[in-house]
Amino acid sequence: MKLDVSLTVNGEAVSARIEPRQHLVDFLREVLDLTGSHAGCEHGVCGACSLIVNGEMVRGCLMLAVQAEGAEVWTVEGLTETGAIAALQDAFVARNALQCGFCTPGMLVAAATLLKANPHPTREEIREGISGNYCRCTGYHAIVDAIEQAARA
Amino acid sequence: MKPAPFAYARATTLAEVFDVLETHGDAARLLAGGQSLIAALNLRLASPSLLLDINGVAALRGVTFADGLLRIGALTRHAELGADPLVAQHAPLLAQAVPHIAHAAIRSRGSIGGSLALADPAAELPACALALEAVLVLASRGGERRVAAADFFPGLYQTALRGDEVLAAVEIPSRAGAACTLQELARRHGDYAIVGLAAQRLGQGVRLAWFGVGPTPLRTPRAEAAFAAGDVAGAQAALAGELDPPEDLHGPPALRLHLARVLLGRAAAALKGH
Repeated sequence: MKLDVSLTVNGEAVSARIEPRQHLVDFLREVLDLTGSHAGCEHGVCGACSLIVNGEMVRGCLMLAVQAEGAEVWTVEGLTETGAIAALQDAFVARNALQCGFCTPGMLVAAATLLKANPHPTREEIREGISGNYCRCTGYHAIVDAIEQAARA
Repeated sequence: MKPAPFAYARATTLAEVFDVLETHGDAARLLAGGQSLIAALNLRLASPSLLLDINGVAALRGVTFADGLLRIGALTRHAELGADPLVAQHAPLLAQAVPHIAHAAIRSRGSIGGSLALADPAAELPACALALEAVLVLASRGGERRVAAADFFPGLYQTALRGDEVLAAVEIPSRAGAACTLQELARRHGDYAIVGLAAQRLGQGVRLAWFGVGPTPLRTPRAEAAFAAGDVAGAQAALAGELDPPEDLHGPPALRLHLARVLLGRAAAALKGH
């Protein structure tokens, strides 16, 4: 079974004919070639696939692409192009907040979501804000530093 | 992993949902927030032949208050629950529970109906329903029936829902002004509880509903009686006879029992300060 789906991704209208079982993150990566969002655990634990759908952060592996019919989706590519996360990206570089980088797109989406709701979070609130995102390299301290720095910028 | 193939359809009315349940039976699964179901599909713990997306069913949405009764539509997202002024006023226990439910990305899609229908014994909302003495509205072609939360969770991941029914809403008599607290211990913020407690004052009494300590959310009547009488130590002592926590990777039963006593002490302090 294949279904037609039409949605907006990073401000552009896209349409495709896809299997219902395809995750939104796989649709973005494999059909649209937007490989910034990463598929890690594929059961909603690691946060590497975090995306913005209709203004809210979601897990790209816990949403089917067919469910995004009519939705407005933003990925790390679009957020980069618009400059929406430029301060965070600069701070991540400045504070060495990544090593392998696998978690970074999801971390940036989580951090941007946090700062939108709470522009001046405490370190504890930052830790809570990224609690749904695994990083296996940094031990999180540098990521918390970077988000704190971006919030002050 | 990726899910096994399935067919997908969207419903916009309850009649369409009932049609699918009648035609496909167990082979169909209802897709609400999907934050547990899609994970189960990915892990191939579930392999329905048809997924019926009910997110467009307007009858399952909305929070209303009338005649002293708060009605929460089954599709109400956790994030909506946490932000709703009627919920904050009439069932603040639910609003307190929301920050403990998983993470922001899960709360933006996961729904109260999905959480109750899944009946995970370590989840917050089933225990809250128990503590609030909520009534669950189950809809089928024949109409609605109402089941008390106390009768809705018969066993591990089991509910009173029949195969032809859908959980439509949760009804809660207004608990405005009554003290409540949600206490939880988890290894990491947003993880499932090692031990959790939803406590709700009702009149002179208190309802203590536990999660993460047994196959279902459960109440501890003897501890409730002692707690309501102001005997917190007695309530903590009574837990040994009322909770029988499982052993798992978190630790032995004695650890969980100890942590339950700790949470009860914290709950007493929180309710006192109310």
